[in-house]
Amino acid sequence: MADLLNALAVAGKSALGFQAIFFALLAIGINVQFGYAGLLNFGQIAFALLGGFGIAISVSQWGLPFWVGVLVGLLAAVVLALLLGLPTLRLRADYLAIATIATAEGLRLLFRSVSATPVTNGTRGLSAFNGDFIALAPWNTSQRYSILGTSWSGGELWVALVGWILVILGSLLVFLLMRSPWGRVVKSIREDEDAVRALGKNVYVYKMQALVLGGVFGALGGMVYAVGTGSAVPDQYQNANTFLAYAALILGGAARVLGPVVGAMILLFILQFADTGLRLLISNGIIPEDLLSSTDVAQIRFVLVGLGLMLLLIFRPQGIFGDRREVMLDAR
Amino acid sequence: MPADPIPHGATAAGAGTTGGAPQRLAQAALRDLPWEVGVAKPDAAVVVDGITRTFGGLTAVSVDHLEIQRGGITGLIGPNGAGKTTLFNLLTGFDQPDTGTWSFNGRSLGKLAPHQVARLGVVRTFQLTKALSRLTVLQNMLLGAQGQRGESFLRALVPGTWRAQEKANTEKAMELLRRFKLDAKKDDFAGTLSGGQRKLLEMARALMSDPQVVMLDEPMAGVNPALTQSLLGHVKDLREEGMTVIFVEHDMDVVRDISDWVVVMAAGKVIAEGPPESISQNRAVVDAYLGAHHDAPLTVEDEDRVLAEVEAQIAREESRDEPGSSDSSEGTGR
Repeated sequence: MADLLNALAVAGKSALGFQAIFFALLAIGINVQFGYAGLLNFGQIAFALLGGFGIAISVSQWGLPFWVGVLVGLLAAVVLALLLGLPTLRLRADYLAIATIATAEGLRLLFRSVSATPVTNGTRGLSAFNGDFIALAPWNTSQRYSILGTSWSGGELWVALVGWILVILGSLLVFLLMRSPWGRVVKSIREDEDAVRALGKNVYVYKMQALVLGGVFGALGGMVYAVGTGSAVPDQYQNANTFLAYAALILGGAARVLGPVVGAMILLFILQFADTGLRLLISNGIIPEDLLSSTDVAQIRFVLVGLGLMLLLIFRPQGIFGDRREVMLDAR
Repeated sequence: MPADPIPHGATAAGAGTTGGAPQRLAQAALRDLPWEVGVAKPDAAVVVDGITRTFGGLTAVSVDHLEIQRGGITGLIGPNGAGKTTLFNLLTGFDQPDTGTWSFNGRSLGKLAPHQVARLGVVRTFQLTKALSRLTVLQNMLLGAQGQRGESFLRALVPGTWRAQEKANTEKAMELLRRFKLDAKKDDFAGTLSGGQRKLLEMARALMSDPQVVMLDEPMAGVNPALTQSLLGHVKDLREEGMTVIFVEHDMDVVRDISDWVVVMAAGKVIAEGPPESISQNRAVVDAYLGAHHDAPLTVEDEDRVLAEVEAQIAREESRDEPGSSDSSEGTGR
């Protein structure tokens, strides 16, 4: 029983930690792009990479202040969104998907390549750039604090606090935008671009705005991740993270303000709970070693998430917050 | 002139007609015009000059000169593939022509994007209705309003800048919805509406933009007869409010009933234009729809000649078949 409580506590910490914030911010961005505007961005992680490395390179390599690094990261994300959007947003939705997925993989390979080593430090990545930020914490960051049976370092707590504030502000921004006439145009574009054009709206500009906004959220997510881990390594930014963020979004409910946030928390909770829980069962001998060894747990937990998603799509296709009537309209 | 057998069911809701007999100024103005292709109209809202559009080797549209009378209902008819929808797409910026110019109120519309054309007051509907399924009926309507301050990204974040305008637009939308009898559905998703209701919604949404020219692409297609009458009433209302209506339609009864002027297209060209009653007598139109010589009686000499031709052909083919090839089926069926 104590073991179970412990597993729950560890999973709860994971659902509140910086990784959950990372996925929440990525998913908020994808929600703006895919959920509301209907843009298929399959390379959200590229924006996160630029955000994380924007800080890392600015601070570690160029010796700039931390906040300048944040600006560099955001600016880089905006530029990437514009570059991706300019040629593809006039075309069918699939072209943006192709361009983004290729960019995400290409940028990661570029950042880890030998020729980029002088700037990005190649596969080893950069570290020691978050000192200025951690120093801002109003409490002692070298101490460890116990919260609900889990132990947090002061730095972790600070990153999580600022991160969740970012998530709340971001959700508020999305909420304000989507209840405004701007949001109405964006949602209409998801439904039918030509109808919106025929009513005098410049569809291209709205799509670009949605793409840039979503990209900025991605960059913020990457920053939280880089600051949380204290290092920026290109291979951390695998494109699988984009799809995990999509999973979080669909879990929570697309085109809902809190869908991506709650989805990310649940995703991280399930992953961590499955991990700790399965290891516990194996070490207690409840699951025989020859059926499932503890080395397989890391993989099997994703299988469980996949299974959960499948069940969700069968029994609750709208996600946790979605409106079933709305989702079923597509099935007609 | 066609009598008006339909009581204006939809008009009764109060469309703002100024009482008395409906104005049919356009019809009066067009009465004395010659029935010929490219004739100049007394007060043209839309003028088309030398537009061509080819898709590969196919010339979809090739219109030398066409004027559309302001404040009238112009019916655009023609067999399938005549280029009617392509012409619509060209006029509204959804497609770019290979050559040609066209203007609205004297302002050239060439090179304008669809949304720019729409902002000038030329609004269209689509052959395949484009209701925005996952938005409510009311949201669909509000999208149609022009010049919304809250549609700019930054101002959207400050509700104070757009709330009053939104309220006014909502009132206007509700008024239109009442007129189109959709007000009870205002909070339903547009995707749950029936096909006919979607047509109504699309027309109402177009009216939210206070257009000067309304281009309706097959507004009655797939709509049951009762609703067709209601839609017809609404189209007539548009004219009475002073809008210029251009519509594509296949149902000749509908065209005869409401058009002031009819333009007939076939194979990309305008082959005839004139008041509706002139069209059914027009040789070129009948030929385009039914094929040339479909009803010309054969004289005895003609019959003999055709018979001789066919016999000669059969004889030719038989002699050609003799060496052994067996494909003799072509051409003998005439």
